[in-house]
Amino acid sequence: MLYRETGQFKTTYAEDIAIFPIRQDRIALAVLLGIAFIGVPLLATFRIWPFGSDYLLWAILLPFLILALAAIGTNILVGYCGQISLGSGAFMAIGAYSAYKLATGVHIPFAALGFAISIPPLPVLASILLGGLMSAAAGILFGIPSLRIKGLYLAVATLAAQFFFDWAFLRLPWFTNYAPSGSVNAPELVFFGLVVRTPVERYLLCLVFVTLLAMLAKNLVRGNLGRQWMAIRDMDIAAELIGIRPLYAKLTAFAVSSFIIGVAGALWAFVYLGSWEPLAFSIDRSLELLFMVIIGGLGSIMGSFIGAAFILIAPIMLNVLPTELGLPLSTQTITHLQFIIFGSLICYLLIKEPHGFARLISIGKEKLRLWPFPY
Amino acid sequence: MIAFGQFLEVLIGGLMSGVLYSLVALGFVLIFKASGVFNYAQGAMVLLAGLALVRALDLLVANGFPLWVAVVLGIGFAAVIMAATAWLIERFVVGPLVNQDALTLFMSTIGVTFVIEGVAEMIFGSDVYPLQLFPTDAWFLFEGLFPGGILVNKLDVWGALIAGILVAGLALFFQRTKTGRALRAVADDHLAAHSVGIPISWIWFVVWLAAGLVALVAATVWGTKLGVQFSITFLALKALPVLIIGGLTSIPGAIVGGLIVGAGEKIAEVYLGPSIGGGIEYWFAYVLALAVLLVRPQGLFGERIIERI
Amino acid sequence: MASIARNVLILAAVLSGAVVCTPAAAQNEQFIPILSYRTGPYAVNGAPYANGVVDYYNLINERDGGINGVKILFEECETAYATDKGVECYERLKSKGPTGAAFINPLSTGITFALTEKTATDKIPIVTMGYGRADSKNGAVFAYNFPLLGTYWSAADIAIQHVAKELGGLDKLKGKKISLLYHDSPYGKEPIPMLQVLAQKYGFEFTPIPVTHPGVEQKSQWLAIRQHRPDYVLVWGWGVMNSTAIKEAAAVAYPRDKMIGVWWSGAEPDVTPAGDQAAGYKALMLQHGAGKFPVHADIEKYIYAKGKGSTEPGKIGEVLYNRGITNAMLGVEAIRKAQEKFGKKPLTGEQIRWGLENLILTDARIKELGFEGMLKPVSISCSDHEGARYGRVQQWDGKGWKVISDWYTADESLIEPLVADVSAKYAAEKKVTPRDCAKET
Repeated sequence: MLYRETGQFKTTYAEDIAIFPIRQDRIALAVLLGIAFIGVPLLATFRIWPFGSDYLLWAILLPFLILALAAIGTNILVGYCGQISLGSGAFMAIGAYSAYKLATGVHIPFAALGFAISIPPLPVLASILLGGLMSAAAGILFGIPSLRIKGLYLAVATLAAQFFFDWAFLRLPWFTNYAPSGSVNAPELVFFGLVVRTPVERYLLCLVFVTLLAMLAKNLVRGNLGRQWMAIRDMDIAAELIGIRPLYAKLTAFAVSSFIIGVAGALWAFVYLGSWEPLAFSIDRSLELLFMVIIGGLGSIMGSFIGAAFILIAPIMLNVLPTELGLPLSTQTITHLQFIIFGSLICYLLIKEPHGFARLISIGKEKLRLWPFPY
Repeated sequence: MIAFGQFLEVLIGGLMSGVLYSLVALGFVLIFKASGVFNYAQGAMVLLAGLALVRALDLLVANGFPLWVAVVLGIGFAAVIMAATAWLIERFVVGPLVNQDALTLFMSTIGVTFVIEGVAEMIFGSDVYPLQLFPTDAWFLFEGLFPGGILVNKLDVWGALIAGILVAGLALFFQRTKTGRALRAVADDHLAAHSVGIPISWIWFVVWLAAGLVALVAATVWGTKLGVQFSITFLALKALPVLIIGGLTSIPGAIVGGLIVGAGEKIAEVYLGPSIGGGIEYWFAYVLALAVLLVRPQGLFGERIIERI
Repeated sequence: MASIARNVLILAAVLSGAVVCTPAAAQNEQFIPILSYRTGPYAVNGAPYANGVVDYYNLINERDGGINGVKILFEECETAYATDKGVECYERLKSKGPTGAAFINPLSTGITFALTEKTATDKIPIVTMGYGRADSKNGAVFAYNFPLLGTYWSAADIAIQHVAKELGGLDKLKGKKISLLYHDSPYGKEPIPMLQVLAQKYGFEFTPIPVTHPGVEQKSQWLAIRQHRPDYVLVWGWGVMNSTAIKEAAAVAYPRDKMIGVWWSGAEPDVTPAGDQAAGYKALMLQHGAGKFPVHADIEKYIYAKGKGSTEPGKIGEVLYNRGITNAMLGVEAIRKAQEKFGKKPLTGEQIRWGLENLILTDARIKELGFEGMLKPVSISCSDHEGARYGRVQQWDGKGWKVISDWYTADESLIEPLVADVSAKYAAEKKVTPRDCAKET
């Protein structure tokens, strides 16, 4: 009764191809955005439960938003275009370190040629976006082998990117401005003269990025480009036969995906960590992102959010719960149990619903349409 | 002459440590060949096997058993543990996931990795346990020819020997035994195999068991090298390029891939590393793999991928 | 359906029971978070340290009834040595207890770097005993960082002093080859600038050799060492890297007594996996070494005799366990000092920061605490958050650690300019205005 599109007549083409054609979906989205943009900051500002401390904002919502963004990027490549990538962490790192270099000023001396390239420190916003672009460029470069290598072989090949950039940011001191420890600090976050400092401000900043890029992604995947990607995913040879250029489709997927992941990486470094080392973007991060995408649902933007929430929050819940319940378990046992339960949960979800949470939601929607008279 | 001696030393050392990676890579190949599952949990299985072995060994020795009895019983105990693991994985994870796409299967094995790591450390402890099954000192060859001689680690030689025996054994198993032939049939087309009466779940259990036993062998060598401890799980990541170069479906490929990766990364590290900052062997192995794939997308010995509409 | 309903009911009952059972948080408690790692690749070294910390807090509660009657409330959080988990743990625990976290002790240089800015905003001291960022010795810039008892720059200097002593004088260092085999992370990289300064001053040839995390594969590094033949190899490793380094050294027949580990590479789990091959291996001591002291007797009497210990009784007195209790003791004493000024009640992080900055432990006080022979006097001030720069060298004889050197003191005239330089850079980058230490009381 609640979720029924009866009576919603579409009288123009524009309405027919609207991004959310069902009114209830639009309302739900508006409510969600309202809560995210107005409700959460209000509660946090006045420190009303559950925002009594910064914990929820700092340790849950902030990483959730940024990782959801990275998961959207990964989903474009893996879920929409079917190219398995284990290099997402590296592209986050490229975004982070490029943004860092651009925000602190780039100086490349060409001693032999007698001149030098010098870029003065850029504003933070420009650095983050350009960081994304650098990541996109690297994505295109490492995407070229995908024209020849496929499936799991490609997955392992993308690990080359992962390990190469892990190494580069660790060993080439130019990237870290010759910091003795190799750990670098984010510049002050100034956006159009406003300084972002408190958790609420950081949260809102990320929220704006995530909303805009998620909208961009949603529109891309239902347009010409997205359909090309999906055709390649479903069967690349057939797609080629009907006139889709694999070179163009695959490389645009790599570029768009890496751009979004790169921006997420820059946010992760600048807004969440503040000070970081390459280990923050290790292979574990890549696997985590892949998990988010698969558990959330391949080929679903909404799924990326749900997957990110699940993969981020489930281990923390499993870790906190025994202490909160007052169970007399040692930290060690709790962590081992957390591993065991989390691993089993993943296997269980993959077996029960290989298409992820997104599929569960669409099943739920179908059921709601018929509810309460399923006949 | 000194330089040549040193080069030989690095080359031999590299080839040997490559074979040690192959020991881990073999487990991957077995499972991928028979069920199309890319088993990320192989590293965790090495840890589990190693822990089971070393803990049983310590307990038996402490209770006054002679060493050789303890070793035999310990290996037996670890083998039983690996059989139980194989059965559980087949029954609860791989069986229900039959016909899912490769990525889902791969991710499910990462889930299995978490479970194995948790269980293994919970039951057997998370300390470091020394294991001393093979000699770990070195020979110095041709000391007359090269000053200082050429260093060859005895453990590496043992590892290479064991890998050789293992490959020969597996080849015989696949070619000569009934189960081996059934395995190959399932690998080719599991539906067709099923319809001619081959019990698929039994076959998959056998494969996972074989991979578990390979993991146990790898654990004896690597446990001697490092001590049995959590870090052994990181071997999975070192075995991946080996696997890819050799081809996911080829047992001899795993050995050849290991030789290429081992020699390549050690020579690169020693001769190229110092000039660009060192620590390059991790990505060098993967870049090597990438280069091989660009020429042969299915690896050196992998089955050719034929695509049809 | 019925069974599901029943399960839900049972679950609800359990949950409500748990809520009821949880004692109302007592108001007279000081909360101390413990960031530990008992799982993952570094568990081998993380667990004994955490055991020491937990046992000492329990001892204070059991023996003394808390710090001047204020009980210590503590909670562990598992970081697995990963920076992002460490940040999450910090956020989870920082505002627990009646007054929030007293101080934080991340036991990871990476987490220290990530938390340095946050702790300053939250006004919670970050205590990094024997690790952390070396430039944070300068309390004028790093008001909330306390790298107590020694930074990696002090460690580097002490190691070189010991090498010089073995060679027969600082002038003998000239032309010698010293390599640093290090864990490729902020932790392992910290000593490099200091060693470069030392190499320039004393004229030895310095070669840094990185080992990729976690350090299970070191064959190429050791083949390079075998070819390069350095006179000494300094080992800056953690976890599996240490024992692997010793084994590989044995395999290439590099003499173990020419290897000197930092104080994080000189505990039992670092040498036992290598068996007999480890005999002769040397390591720095962060003042204390292995062994039992009067405080251990108290721990055995009040904690282990009651079955409340967190490890096997045989492991009391191991190097990292002792480091855990030393670290816990310094924290407790800082709280005690702060109570002198602010009253005998739970204190905030800001107040405890004052306590840390004004902490002075004399020989007499150290003896009173049962740490005689483990520690030399400590005196922390605004300009010196390190408090002491002593170190010794110990050697593994195959069964136990033996102290083989006298006390060394790191050369401040070399470290100070480097500290001033690097911390000034940090202050400029983060727009921190350094405090005027002359005005601090």
